[in-house]
Amino acid sequence: MNSGPITVPLHAIAHGRAGDKGDTSNVSVIAYMPQAWPHLLEQVTADGVLEVFAHLGATACQRYELPNLHALNFVIENALQGGVNATLGLDRHGKTLSYLLLGEVMVTVPTDCLPENSPYLKD
Amino acid sequence: MTDLVHIGCGAGFMGDRFDASLPILKSMETRTGPKYLMFEVLAERTLAVAQNLRRDDPSKGYSPYLDHYIRPALAQAKALGVTIVSNMGAANPNGAARRVLETAKEQGIVGLKVATVTGDDLTQIIPTAEIAAMQTMEGIGFEGRPIVSANAYLGARPVAQAIATGADVVLVGRTTDSALALGPLIHEFGWDEDDWDRLAQGTTVGHLLECGGQITGCYFADPGFKDVPGLSSAGFPIAEISADGTFTITKPEGTGGLVNRQTVTEQLLYEMHDPSAYLVPDVVLDCSDLQATETGPDRVEITGAKGHPAPDTLKCTICVDGGWLGESFMTYSGPNAVARADLAGQIVRDRLAANGMNEPVRIETLGTGATHDGGNPDKRARRTLPTDGEYTVRIATQSVSREKAQMVVDELMMLYCSGPAAGGGHRGSVTSQIATASVLIPRERIEPHVKIEVFA
Repeated sequence: MNSGPITVPLHAIAHGRAGDKGDTSNVSVIAYMPQAWPHLLEQVTADGVLEVFAHLGATACQRYELPNLHALNFVIENALQGGVNATLGLDRHGKTLSYLLLGEVMVTVPTDCLPENSPYLKD
Repeated sequence: MTDLVHIGCGAGFMGDRFDASLPILKSMETRTGPKYLMFEVLAERTLAVAQNLRRDDPSKGYSPYLDHYIRPALAQAKALGVTIVSNMGAANPNGAARRVLETAKEQGIVGLKVATVTGDDLTQIIPTAEIAAMQTMEGIGFEGRPIVSANAYLGARPVAQAIATGADVVLVGRTTDSALALGPLIHEFGWDEDDWDRLAQGTTVGHLLECGGQITGCYFADPGFKDVPGLSSAGFPIAEISADGTFTITKPEGTGGLVNRQTVTEQLLYEMHDPSAYLVPDVVLDCSDLQATETGPDRVEITGAKGHPAPDTLKCTICVDGGWLGESFMTYSGPNAVARADLAGQIVRDRLAANGMNEPVRIETLGTGATHDGGNPDKRARRTLPTDGEYTVRIATQSVSREKAQMVVDELMMLYCSGPAAGGGHRGSVTSQIATASVLIPRERIEPHVKIEVFA
């Protein structure tokens, strides 16, 4: 297999879940493959994530690193349009927002950062 | 010395699968050592709803789902010596205890003992005028709205004390979710109040269990990327904990679902902010160096949680009246569906404006990425959408006026006859809302009021 770098949505190399507290969303980003971890650290930045949530009104983003688990945790303030109390959106907890992040952030990585049977490798 | 403590979680939210505890109890048949079954069913707003139920009928105010979870599990749990620990007490743990005893009587269960923890209700401790004047974090200010409920998050020590009465069932109201697991561990292992690293491991047990199936492959599947076998019969989690705090997450034999590093890591970070400072009443948990090791099929061992001294304050959630939410949906399908759905939204927007609607209104077309766009049309314009397909126009407003909330329901429904071609499947609802805010209160103001009672 050609292991040269490919550009794919973050969804190809990581998974995650979103949680809410008030108007703050947190989204985990977890590498499928250990070799993807350094690329996550380098390419998935707090600034980049804030940009993805900017249209929702997000004002700040903090990134936390869990190297043993190959996981990042992003805490994004004012990302929930008021949160459960106030938003008029359908998804009041921002449960779907993990896939906004996984879909919007693009990464360029060697193909061995994707799981072996990844649908992204079939295209 | 106790070897392994076994804690299963039969529910992770109000309305979780009612039968999830049954495979856990079956698995407990072959386990030796202290055994517990927790049910976590109390969301932030649930207590306000429960408080209103209690106001209407003083015998009520516990979880409306109490019977759904207790009835299938009680006899077997009692027979196997599995202690049930739950926050189904909600606004009335003592009422919940009486209800559980009624169930025991109906089912012919003899000698059942139920213990309760109360003292989380701030309105019994602090004048509401003082609560209303407090500085809030997370959520809204009170803006002069009447307080429906105000509760402190209690820790694991009262849960441990309730277990120490020899109770078969322990019912609490507002308690930090993870304390439903840490309480049993403090009771069984006698961990000291400053044994921070073990308390941190025990809090991690609770945090990983508290959402039920969310750690066993539920709320996880992404076909082709994250495949989970047997989701319709997914087993809910069981933790096996040793005295040094090391523990393994697994699930009952013969059930669907999945436990691996991925499911554990997603749940670990769920609703967590700074992983080095996750605050609960008993300890400040630091997960920075946590290790998750797959030790067998559907078995993950967790080590490495660190603890720091417990906070001086307790988090309290205040619920106030949040007015009314009006929400309305109409669906368009087939050729040119997206344009017809968009037009429906525009018609309602014009009519609401003409009829004096002055509340903020969200009008969006589901199927276009609306939940990710936050009502922002620029975002949607970047996407190429098929014009044909199936799209749903959604209209929402929030108001202190029930009539205004009703307007968005009525105006969209009217499009059955006066809207674009072939709108169908209208649904609409107006529901009362609870808004929440959090405050921090010094623990010494609350903890002296905590009370353990036994019912038999």
